[in-house]
Amino acid sequence: MTSTATRPAAGETSGQAEAGPGERPGAVPPVTRNVPDPAERARARKVQSRRMQARNWLLFVLLAGPNIALLIAFTYKPLLQSFYYSTLQWNIGSQRAISVGFRNYTDWLTDSETPQVIGVTVIFTLATVGGGMVIGLGLALLLNKKLKLRGPARTIIVAPYVLSGVAVGLLWLFVFDPNFGIVAAVLGAIGLPSPAWYNDPQWALLMVIIVQLWKNVGYIALIYLAGLQAIQVDVLEAAALDGAGPVRTFRRIILPLLGPTSFFLSVTTLLSSLQSFDIIQAMTKGGPLEGTTTMMYEIYREGFVAGRAGYSSAVATILFLVLLIVTLVQLRFVERKVHYS
Amino acid sequence: MMRRFPIGSYIALLVAVAAMVLPLVWMLLASFKGQTEIYSLPIQWLPSSFAPTNYSDALDVVPFGAFFINSAITTVVGAGIKIILGLMTAYALVFIEVPFKKVFFAIVIFALLVPQQIVIIPNYTLVASLGWLNTYQGIIVPGLASAFGTFLFRQHFLSLPPSVLEAAALDGAGHLRRLWAFVVPMSTPTIAAVALVSVVTEWNEYLWPLLVVDRPNMMTLPIGLTLLQNTDGITNWGVLMAGTVLVTLPILIVFFVMQRKIVAGLTAGAVTG
Repeated sequence: MTSTATRPAAGETSGQAEAGPGERPGAVPPVTRNVPDPAERARARKVQSRRMQARNWLLFVLLAGPNIALLIAFTYKPLLQSFYYSTLQWNIGSQRAISVGFRNYTDWLTDSETPQVIGVTVIFTLATVGGGMVIGLGLALLLNKKLKLRGPARTIIVAPYVLSGVAVGLLWLFVFDPNFGIVAAVLGAIGLPSPAWYNDPQWALLMVIIVQLWKNVGYIALIYLAGLQAIQVDVLEAAALDGAGPVRTFRRIILPLLGPTSFFLSVTTLLSSLQSFDIIQAMTKGGPLEGTTTMMYEIYREGFVAGRAGYSSAVATILFLVLLIVTLVQLRFVERKVHYS
Repeated sequence: MMRRFPIGSYIALLVAVAAMVLPLVWMLLASFKGQTEIYSLPIQWLPSSFAPTNYSDALDVVPFGAFFINSAITTVVGAGIKIILGLMTAYALVFIEVPFKKVFFAIVIFALLVPQQIVIIPNYTLVASLGWLNTYQGIIVPGLASAFGTFLFRQHFLSLPPSVLEAAALDGAGHLRRLWAFVVPMSTPTIAAVALVSVVTEWNEYLWPLLVVDRPNMMTLPIGLTLLQNTDGITNWGVLMAGTVLVTLPILIVFFVMQRKIVAGLTAGAVTG
């Protein structure tokens, strides 16, 4: 391309040709005088795009920076710190700390109380997650029927989920009172004595499981209801035409189609059950005889009641690793088992 | 052809609703009962009078007014800043082109997997060393980062029509103007849902304020409530239930008035398609 011969026309053609692939034609004026040669314009554009990129970076940092900085300061950094603390023999608030390697971990694993805490954590988690999902699905199927007043009923069933865990715990402590609570009155009416909810470790564990279920089952039902309403009616009609009864339809069609919802719920309720604290704190404070001490409650009790911050951090690190492994396993499992439509 | 009346379903629905409502009604009734009425056997279901003496007693024994103000301040400020941070971060993640954007998104999302309870000891140590114990910033700042809100806002922003924002850009609107004048007004339902869920969470927050506050005049309602439990060896159930009503009633009212939007926020994370 000889520049001298084609100059008058080149301004237009080259301008349009270059606007072709990635840029807006409107950005380049169609006719300009003193058009610089292409190399110089490319350089100018480069400078401009570098300036654009710098501007974009600045804006990105301005907008996302504070949030990401807070996440690093109050989530990621303390996560690493917690791991470091777990290698110390250290009382919270004290200046002295002795490095003990992994002794907090071996101490926890060999502590006579640990099997009990693991057992309570497993029972509490399985009962609240499993029980919650079964009852929640039942409620969702019920609320999905064409019943009068199902709208207000749905609102009422979800309501406990938004209440404070402490308030819920105290309220139920009153309901379960063996002398003048409703539970005792109802059992008394059919001639049964009230169980020793406050004094027997097993009854106490059952009590906090019931309260956790009461608070959260409405949320599970709500999510399942959303999943049920996403199932297309013609799928169910086709099944009915093929002569499938309600049980068969439920097992072969509804349950598999709810797979992604069940997965979402199993992850979120598992995480929240393993973290639940306020109901236990308000009702039993981990007792009687450590009968309601979950790993989460042990982290709090060791760190802030007994003051053993290093030991508590070791339990926290173990609980975090358990959460991480369980979530990863669930993710792998769901990739193979669940078919997203 | 008449359809059979589904009597079994109605009974099941009634049982479910009763199980949810009765404990709350019991709490409300007890909050108006005197000591002798609460301890009387057989159970006296209704209070003899609806005199609010337990409420005035609760207000006398502990500074409930201060608890209420502290809860209101931490809830409004905490939820408000969380929403602004979430909006800004989601806008940056969706609309601003920078390298390594996926890495930043991963940092936000992975934080959802780290329960705040796991990091209480390092965070407590940090807040104590800053001299923030018994302060609003001590209660609010460590929980400010918005991972869930950012996630929901990002999902929503990805669904916005790009043509509107392109037109705004051609008209010379910068990113900040595009965010406030176009994206925010197009996102009000999502913002309302995230706001309400954040308000509910902040109002009920318990473990963190329990750790950083020990002065009664700085306590929030859930912490102050347990103070009412321990004032005198024996629990005065009438007064305690009055306090419980004061903690649960505001959020119940918010829930019943705004329930559609709260439900939208609760289900938004679940229905991803």
